[in-house]
This record gives sequence, structure tokens and C-alpha cells, in this order.
Amino acid sequence: MELTYEFYQYYWWFLISVLGALLVFLLFVQGGQTLLNTVAKTEEEETLLINSLGRKWELTFTTLVVFGGAFFASFPLFYSTSFGGAYWLWMAILFSFIIQAVSYEYRSKPGNFLGKKTYDTFLKVNGLVGSVLLGVAVGTFFSGSDFVVNKNSITDVGMPVISTWQNGLHGLEALFNLQNLSLGLAVFFLARIQGALYFMNNIDDENIYARSKRQVAVNAIPFVVFFILFLVLVLLGAGHEVNTVTGEISLVPYKYFFNLIEMYWVGIILLVGVVFVLLAILRSIMKKEFRSGIWFSGIGTVLVVLSLFFIAGYNNTAYYPSVADMQSSLTIYNSSSSFFTLEVMSVVSILVPIVVAYIAYTWRIMDKKSITEKEMQSENDKY
Amino acid sequence: MDDLMSVVDWSRGQFALTAMYHWLFVPLTLGLGLIVAIMETIYLKTKDERWKRITKFWMSIFGVNFAIGVATGIILEFQFGTNWSNYSWFVGDIFGAPLAIEGLMAFFLEATFLAVMFFGWNKVSPRFHLASTWLTIIGASLSALWILVANAWMQHPVGMYFNPNTVRNEMYDFWALVFSPVATNKFFHTVSSGWVLGSIFVIGVSAWYLLKKRDTLLALRSMNVAAWVGLAGICTVLYTGDGSAVQVFQKQPMKLAAMEGVYQGSTKHGLVLFGILNPDKKSYTDQEKPFLFEVKIPSLLSLLATRHTDGFVPGIDDLMKGGFPQLNQKGELITAPSVYDKMMQGKVAVQALSDYKKAQAKGDSSMMTVNRKILEENFHYFGYGYVDSPEQLVPHVPLVFYSFHIMILLGGYFFVFFILILFLLNRDRLQNMKWLLWICVWTIPLGYLCLEAGWVVAEVGRQPWVIQDIMPTFAAISKVGSGIVQTTFWMFAAIFTLLLIADVGIILKQIKKGSDQNN
Repeated sequence: MELTYEFYQYYWWFLISVLGALLVFLLFVQGGQTLLNTVAKTEEEETLLINSLGRKWELTFTTLVVFGGAFFASFPLFYSTSFGGAYWLWMAILFSFIIQAVSYEYRSKPGNFLGKKTYDTFLKVNGLVGSVLLGVAVGTFFSGSDFVVNKNSITDVGMPVISTWQNGLHGLEALFNLQNLSLGLAVFFLARIQGALYFMNNIDDENIYARSKRQVAVNAIPFVVFFILFLVLVLLGAGHEVNTVTGEISLVPYKYFFNLIEMYWVGIILLVGVVFVLLAILRSIMKKEFRSGIWFSGIGTVLVVLSLFFIAGYNNTAYYPSVADMQSSLTIYNSSSSFFTLEVMSVVSILVPIVVAYIAYTWRIMDKKSITEKEMQSENDKY
Repeated sequence: MDDLMSVVDWSRGQFALTAMYHWLFVPLTLGLGLIVAIMETIYLKTKDERWKRITKFWMSIFGVNFAIGVATGIILEFQFGTNWSNYSWFVGDIFGAPLAIEGLMAFFLEATFLAVMFFGWNKVSPRFHLASTWLTIIGASLSALWILVANAWMQHPVGMYFNPNTVRNEMYDFWALVFSPVATNKFFHTVSSGWVLGSIFVIGVSAWYLLKKRDTLLALRSMNVAAWVGLAGICTVLYTGDGSAVQVFQKQPMKLAAMEGVYQGSTKHGLVLFGILNPDKKSYTDQEKPFLFEVKIPSLLSLLATRHTDGFVPGIDDLMKGGFPQLNQKGELITAPSVYDKMMQGKVAVQALSDYKKAQAKGDSSMMTVNRKILEENFHYFGYGYVDSPEQLVPHVPLVFYSFHIMILLGGYFFVFFILILFLLNRDRLQNMKWLLWICVWTIPLGYLCLEAGWVVAEVGRQPWVIQDIMPTFAAISKVGSGIVQTTFWMFAAIFTLLLIADVGIILKQIKKGSDQNN
């Protein structure tokens, strides 16, 4: 196979999709953070939950940072346009992660100035804002955003900015779109489901297990509703298609639906993913002593998110459509790094399986035994 | 234009604020991390449980500091997009790569093994635990490597060319970035300054225990490890600092002139060891004397910068007027152009790009060829095309000058400090010298002051360039209202200050508790 420029553009959209998919799975940490008061009824139980999540939060956080870095390196025009334009949306997400980053470490330490309650509130805020807004941000991959790209502006010495946002809300407008909001809420409830599934897997405590199980059921209903709503809106809506010869972009009705048909394998990935998530939910609710729900739903989530990224970026689709100026829409062709840079970065991507392998290995040895209350009482190294 | 400058100023302010906060915590991570890893290695070799206790004590402080380092760090990466979006497009093809590699190679390593380091004591074998501790600190250092490769590239752009079709710079030589002499010096200079700070911190805290006559064993053992790490650190700092000065002289002569307050250059130029700038000197154009008072070592600046005592060091005025002999990028001797020549070339380059794009739109290939040639010939001063007046090209001299002198004087002091501590520890005399122990305690804030000053020299000294000669700050920003950037500036100022208070509060409590209750 010839390694063409186009191949690398596909490859890097694939890697971005993988990182995005893993990120959504790892948002179980955020979901878990919003369940602290629901699943835990005593201080000891809360300590258990926090310490269980506390050994994973950095993975989610790091995945977000790497997702950003990889997007920057492979599709810099997206980085420039979206982050510089949807300023408030991204800033709100980042703020919520900033306050999360200290909360585990500081919450129970003497001298922490703001008090345990504040740090626990930080975790809840991050759980809600982080998951909903990341979902909304990904939603704009389908609904479009209000920007114009004009590279010739660089020679306008008075105002040389090439990507400009066309409204003063700078990203907050994405929240007033039903399609984006339904994806945001679907991600939020999915994160809560997975948070509960993770507790069931990671903590050896009857009460926590029972309450988590209940939460899986409670959150499953809104998740299914919002996810279906999002999917229906996307599949019935129009999408932006790029003509690969002229580079011209046009609006095509049912574009995403056709993407699923034309790339039938993506449709299969989506279906298998949905089945896995539903299976995880149902088995966790129905079966006694079932603890592996998180793995089923994890695989399912990754597959579903992958398929969404694929229909957003592949099959000559503009993954970041502009509602202000259609021709400004970003595609994997017009927004990517140069051939050389993508090539260099692809060599570096050999590290990915190594990273995944050592994460999996340490996860396994650290979590061989579920966390128990007894362990928490005897352990000094805890949050 | 006024609004543009206001956005530029607030965006710069926000980047400076967040970077300086981040830089409060990173050096301690780098230095204390290394010290902790060495301590755990000693524990594993000696099987002495007391070493384990010492390791765990410092590790708990490492953890508190690490968390706030992570919190302040995330915003830096994303700020290139949120506040410097034009920059992100113009050089993202080059600059994005080290950032992505940093995440992939370093952050996952840190995040994964940090959890083992803190919670794995009873879950993994002692050897695997030690490996995790080392991998965490190696991860932190690798992260420093890649971000400094990126930073060095901004100060000395290499391995790229400008593509007028995509209107951006594109990479053609990755290794030129990685092995750029600016990057090499910067990496070792920065990381070893972290070792110095970590050592100063450990020595200061240990000295406090000795003053309080408690945790004596922890204090003496910790001081010994820290003083050696500190000495190794400061020697590396001095060596790479010297290397950096040569690089700055060659690649950013304006920064060097500001560092030393040189307005009129000369051969056999002296190094100002200590000086007070004349506050009446407002510009390189006025006739005021630059210094009210100065202590100079003759010819030393020439020697350090050019490696000859009679080498010519240009001042700000010379750099404006040009006409002195200078080595160009290829190492050839040329007569330095004046700033007006550079601005003219910059404007020609910007215009040529504009004409190229117009010709391209019309499909006029002959005009495209002509303009592309003009652009290529003048591109090395492209950024000057955005400059209105030469004054914009001079960084804030007093800020850079005083920061530089605080940095080198404190650096010299630390060198003596570590040798003295090692000597006295060796003679077993340190415990009884109360005054010196207090000096150790008060050296901690000096360590922080020195490192922040170093950051100011590097970053304020290169103003107005985000990419040396290619792009000034005012062409690099995002188009968001200055009111919006002001709002986020104050939000960051508030949240980081609150978190800093919490961080200091927790660390002080942990120090007061000492090592016994930590286990």
C-alpha cells in the first residue's frame, strides 16, 4: 500500500477518533463524581468511592490533554478555529478540569484552606460540566459552528487573524441547540452509568454495589432517550460534503445516514457498540453478582464513539462545518498538518500500543483485589 | 488597532500569569522527584526502614505539589488554541508535534506510574515500586524535554519553510528541532534548575527540623542527598547557562542587550555584575546614561558571548542602526542590516504573499512565481512586516536586566551554598550553627525567586516575538474581545491564588507533622 498524504489524513482522523472514544469511556470518572452523594450514604462509603475513582482520574485527564495535543499536531486548523473561537465552551471545560486536578489530593488533607466540602463540590462540578460540555463540543462536529476561515487575512497587518467567530457568545451558543444538548446529556448519563458500573467492579461493598446497581437502572432511561434523540436528529439532518477534486463543500440531505450505509462497516461498529452498552446495562441490572458491566459498556462506548467520529470525518464529510460560511468548513483534507509532519507523527504513534499495554498492566496489578472498607481503614495513603 | 493591542496585552498577561504559576510547581516536581527516587533507591539497597519513612515523607509533599502542577499545566497547552489561534495555524504544523509527543510519551507515563508510586506500596513488589517512582520522574523530565523543544523552536525557528499555498510554516526536518543547540541548552538548564530548587527546598525544610531539634535523622539524611543533587544541579545550570548566553547572543542579540542593559555596543565589553539602571532612560534614542551605578568586570561579556575578549557585542542602538559585523544563520560574516531594512523586507514579504494569493486566485502562474520568489527572499524578516515602529522591537529593559541579575547572583550564591552545606555536613558541624540553618530556611523563597526570574529573562527578553523574526505577538492572537480575555485572566488569577494558598497550607501542615505520623 502506498502511504499517501490522504492515507495519513485518514490515519490521524482514526487516532483522534480512538482518543476521543477512550476519553468518553474514561468519563466514567466524571460520572462517578456526580454519584458521590447518591451511592454513598456515610463518610466511610464516600471515602471508598473517592479512592476508587482517585486511582483513575489522571488517566481521563491525561487522555483529554493528549486528545488536545494530538488534534493540534494533526489538524491544527481545527485547533486554531475551534479553541480560539468557541472560547467560552472550551474555557468552561478546562476550568472544570483544573478544579478537579487538585481535589482528590487536597480534599482530606489538613490545612487545605477551602475545606473538604468545597473540593467535593469541585468534583461534582467537574462531573457535570466536564461530561455535558464535552458532549456538546463533539455535537458541534455535526451541527456546525459560527466561524469563517480566511487565510488571506494574514496579510492584513491591522487584524491578521485568519479564523474568526461570528458571534459574541463564543461557543456558548452550542448549548442552545437541541442536537448538541441531547448528545451532551447522553454523554452525561452514560458517564453516570459507567461510573456506577465501575464502582460495582472496583469496590467490594454490598451497599455500594446495590446502590450502584440502582443508579445504572435510573440513568439508563434518560441515556437511551437522549442518545436516540441525538441519533435521529443527526441521521435525519443534512451534512456537509466535500468534493475532493475541487475542494468545494455542499450541503447534502441525510449525509450522515448515507455515510452509515456507504461505510456499512461503520454501521456495524455502531450497532455492535450499542448492543454492548445495552447488554452491560441489562446484565448489570438483572444478574446477581455481575461485576464486569464496565468492560462491556467500555467496549460498547468506544465502538459507538468511534462510529460517530467516523461518520463525522470520513466519506468526504466536513467534520467541523461552518454555518456562517459553508466553504470555511473544515475537512480532514483542508485542516490537516503537512504530509511530512503527519508522517513524523505517525512514526511516533508506534508508542500508542506500548502506552496502552503498560496502562493495562498497571491497572490489572493495582486492581487485582477490589477496594474494601477494611483496606481504607488500615491504609494511610488515601485521599 | 487599540483594541487589538488591548487583546494582545491581556492575552500576554494571561499566558504570563498561568505560566508563572505553573513554573512555581514544576521545578519542585523535577527536583523533589529526583531526590525521592534516589532516596527510595537507597532504601531498597540498604533495606533500612528509616529510609522508607524518609522517602514516604517527601513523597507526600511531592504529591501535593504535583497535583497543583497538573492543574496549572492543562491550561497552558490549550491556551495556544484559545488565545493564540493565529499562531496555532501559522506554525501548528511544527509546534503541535512536540506537544502531542509530550502527551503521548510523558504524561501517560507520569499519570500511570504516579498512582503506583502512591498506592502501590502494598500491592506491587518493592522493585516494581522503585521502577514506578523512577518512571514517574522520567516522565516529568520527558515532559520538560518536549515542551522546551517547542519553546526553543519559538526562540530559534529551524527545520521549517513557509508554504504560501497553505499560508503557514511547514516542517521539513524534525531532528533539527530536537537537536537544536537552543533546545539542548534550554532543556538541561531548566531541568537542572529544578534539581537546584528541589534541593534548596529539602535542605530548607530539614534545617527547620534541626532548628526545632526534631526529626533529626530525617533532616540530616535528606540534607545529604539534597546537597549532592543540588551541587550537580547548579554545576549543570552554570554550564548550560553559559551555553545559553552564546546562543542568545547569536540568535537573539536584542535579548542579550536587554539582559545586560547594553545600549551602545563595543568590543571588549564588560559584564555588569551589579548595577542600577537610570530610570530617566526611557528609550534607546535619548541621550541619558543607561546606569546610575554599575560594577563591571572588563571584557567579560565579550568573552562569554563571542568567546573572544575583543569580540563585538552590539547594543540596542547598534541593533537598530545595523552596520556592525555579524554572523548570519549560515555562519557567514555579514554586515548587520538596520531595523528599517528589516521592516522594509518584512513589509515586502507580507505584500508579496498578498500578491501571490491574488495571482493564485486569478490563476496567473507567472505572477505567482515572481511573488513567491520575492517572498522567499524576504521571508526571514516576515514578522517585521507587522511592526509599526522600531520601539516595538525593544523588550522591557529594566524587567529583563534586573531579572537576569537576580538570577545570576542567586545562582552564584547557590553554588557556594551547596558546597558549604556539604562541607559542614561532612564535618558534622551544621546542626549547631543556628544562623546558618535559618539561612537554609530563607533560601527556599530565594530559590523560587531565582527560577521565576529565569523565566522572565527567557520570555520577556524575547518580546515582541512569539517566533523570532517571523511572528510578533500582535499577529499571533485570537480574535476575542479584550473584555473576554480580561474575564478569564481574573478567573485564572483567582482560582490559582486560592489553590496556591491551599497548596502552601497543606505542605506546611505536613512539614509540621513530620515523618512519624506519615506512616
